[in-house]
Amino acid sequence: MRERIAGGYDDFVIPFMVGMAFIFIYLFIALIRLFTHIPPKDRIKFFKSLVNPKILYKDCRDILLDCLLHVKIFKRNLLLGYMHASIAFGWFMLIVVGHIEMWLYVPQRNGLLYYPVFFRYFVKQEGDLTIKGAFFFFLMDFFLLMVLSGVGLAMYKRFRSTALGMRRTTKPCFADRVALACLWSIFPLRLLAESFTAGIAGGSFLTKPMYWLFNNFLSNDAHILPTWWAYSTALGLFFLALPFSRYMHIPTEAFLILLRNAGLKVTKPRKGFAEAEIYSCSSCGICIDACPMNIQKKNLPFSSVYFIRFLRRHNTRKINQISDKCLMCGKCVALCPVGIESCGIKRAQRATLYNDIKHDYTYLHQAHHTPDSPAHPLPGTQAATGTSAATGTLSASVQADAKLSGRGTASEKVLYFAGCMTHLTPSVIKNLTGIFESSGTEYVFADKDGGVCCGRPLILAGREDAAKEVIARNTELIRNSGCKKVVLSCPICLKVLKEEYNLKGIELVHHTQFINTLLEQGKIKVSPTAGSMVYHNPCELGRGCGIYKEPLNVLQQLGELKKAAKEGKESICCGGSLGSLTLNYEDRGKITQGSLAALTINDPQKIITACPLCLKTFADKADRPVMDIAQIVNENICQK
Amino acid sequence: MGKFGFALSPSSRINLDEVDKVKFAKLVEIEPDVLKCMACGSCTASCTAGKFVKTSMRSAILALQNGKNEDAINFLKGCLLCGKCTMVCPRAINTRHLIISILKVYQ
Ligand code: SF4
Ligand code: SF4
Ligand code: SF4
Ligand code: SF4
Repeated sequence: MRERIAGGYDDFVIPFMVGMAFIFIYLFIALIRLFTHIPPKDRIKFFKSLVNPKILYKDCRDILLDCLLHVKIFKRNLLLGYMHASIAFGWFMLIVVGHIEMWLYVPQRNGLLYYPVFFRYFVKQEGDLTIKGAFFFFLMDFFLLMVLSGVGLAMYKRFRSTALGMRRTTKPCFADRVALACLWSIFPLRLLAESFTAGIAGGSFLTKPMYWLFNNFLSNDAHILPTWWAYSTALGLFFLALPFSRYMHIPTEAFLILLRNAGLKVTKPRKGFAEAEIYSCSSCGICIDACPMNIQKKNLPFSSVYFIRFLRRHNTRKINQISDKCLMCGKCVALCPVGIESCGIKRAQRATLYNDIKHDYTYLHQAHHTPDSPAHPLPGTQAATGTSAATGTLSASVQADAKLSGRGTASEKVLYFAGCMTHLTPSVIKNLTGIFESSGTEYVFADKDGGVCCGRPLILAGREDAAKEVIARNTELIRNSGCKKVVLSCPICLKVLKEEYNLKGIELVHHTQFINTLLEQGKIKVSPTAGSMVYHNPCELGRGCGIYKEPLNVLQQLGELKKAAKEGKESICCGGSLGSLTLNYEDRGKITQGSLAALTINDPQKIITACPLCLKTFADKADRPVMDIAQIVNENICQK
Repeated sequence: MGKFGFALSPSSRINLDEVDKVKFAKLVEIEPDVLKCMACGSCTASCTAGKFVKTSMRSAILALQNGKNEDAINFLKGCLLCGKCTMVCPRAINTRHLIISILKVYQ
């Protein structure tokens, strides 16, 4: 292999170089801007992560698996995974092998950006083909074929997306279309260019036969330069369109992985970490099929992918509309192959709208500091009768209960925190306390006469400052009880207690986990007499807290557990979520019906859930009994 | 009226001229559910915050219709957005969004 073109330059590299220069400058400026938007503390965290070998290893692994091999998409659908991986990995390998060839054969050209890209044009094969040379020819043709097969699949997906496991795909915008057209033509053009040149520069199983084929009816030499021009132009155009298209995810995604592994979080909806997330979205459209709202076609424009697109375009009206509507069920986040926390961005966006809304929670503090004084009556209203009694007992009664009643000391008891929603489903409380008694568990009922909300609904509405007050108050209440274990019935409460409360040293469990432990320890025994059932994974329990195994473990001992159409992290929101602000009753009803349809495809006798909100939402619409896991366990306990 | 200094309780006179029609129209635009309330009081009965301080979706809507905007805010500023009122409302009113919208529009 020897240099054919003296000077190692030809005019056709200009379009490529222009595109390349543009994209480098653009990325450089974008990077600096992004860094200035990251809070200084996070910036330090980021730089520290770059010298931490453990994080660095994770960075490399994640980039290889997620950006190049797209393992997550493979897990969803083999063909779709292959489509993404073949283009990404194949292209990457073409670049790598191209560089190796240059280093080996024309080391004097090292550092010329365009040289490995157009390598075949600039060199010629001399004498017999060595094994080494044949090997590289083979590799280059192999990876080119890989990319071409991916591009072919991508074209096929445009017309028949269901074949690749996608019911709906993203509507491309103008820049997407331009970049897409370039991307689709880059590799066929490269094949043509290398085939025409194969007589001079050599080739392998793909390019050589093409050369001979064309040789029969075309004058190959006359086509060499035009096809290289076309190839270079397609590349250049692609780079020019890149920042404005979905393909911006190629450079951003790797960077996002570095930021994420460094432990950074969304602070503002449009800047810093969020911006890296926004530009990492590949518009793959997986979140469209995932979203439970899309049971109605009119909700398609409210999918996360369009939320992100409008964020990129700074279209505030649309951004607010979408972020207010989302159920925050987290399904799109769980399925997103890039791991974009769109719910976090939506929360931050809501905070810009609602965080400064006036609130007055002085009653919370009065309840604590002076338990006997009456609550502050509102001007212009009568003081609610009985207020002082209720306020006074809020914290005092729990402490008294925990310390005095029963046999054990407070630290041996569990604190039961039912939560607002559970008070609307008394069956849960009745059955769970029944289980407490059957198992001989000593418990203190924290909010028997009504407590204060856990704060999660406020957080979901973007009112973080208000939530902080509630959280502080509840933290005190729980700490003062002296109990070392809190059992919760509502997954919404559980999530916020785990994430936002400072309750070190206190174990937080959902009642499914608690019941599972009781069964494992033999403190209660159940009979398998419950018939057939299906389990609904509540969003906040499954995707929210990662609790999937325990409920199944419990239910398997009670009867026949049937499968739902979507299970585990793909479970469909019941429609009652507190996350959505603007979804109205009718739209929620449609989601509930869709979720029920997915649950009942195998015709179970009962639907079991583990969240009071799901229970209430389903019970209104289901054609068969819906019950909480506590109820079905309590009803099937065998008396010792 | 009420200025003689004899009144034992604050005046409860309603002056419909004080209804802020512009703001109310804006509220209806943001959350049309406000028109659906039939003042049944289920929301107030189940209210989490109402256990501690007078908090009432129903009273707030009535106050707005009676031109007592400040009272409406007072009825809602203790709200914890827990969503119980949404769950019990027989008219399926999206109360949480209504509460946020009232607080935002009339603040
Ligand atoms: S948000 Fe995630 S799942 Fe949705 S289009 Fe973007 S990359 Fe795909
Ligand atoms: S969080 Fe749920 S409702 Fe919201 S966009 Fe994602 S999938 Fe849809
Ligand atoms: S959302 Fe507000 S008004 Fe409604 S029940 Fe909860 S605290 Fe009361
Ligand atoms: S429960 Fe609904 S209909 Fe009844 S007063 Fe409250 S908001 Fe109005």
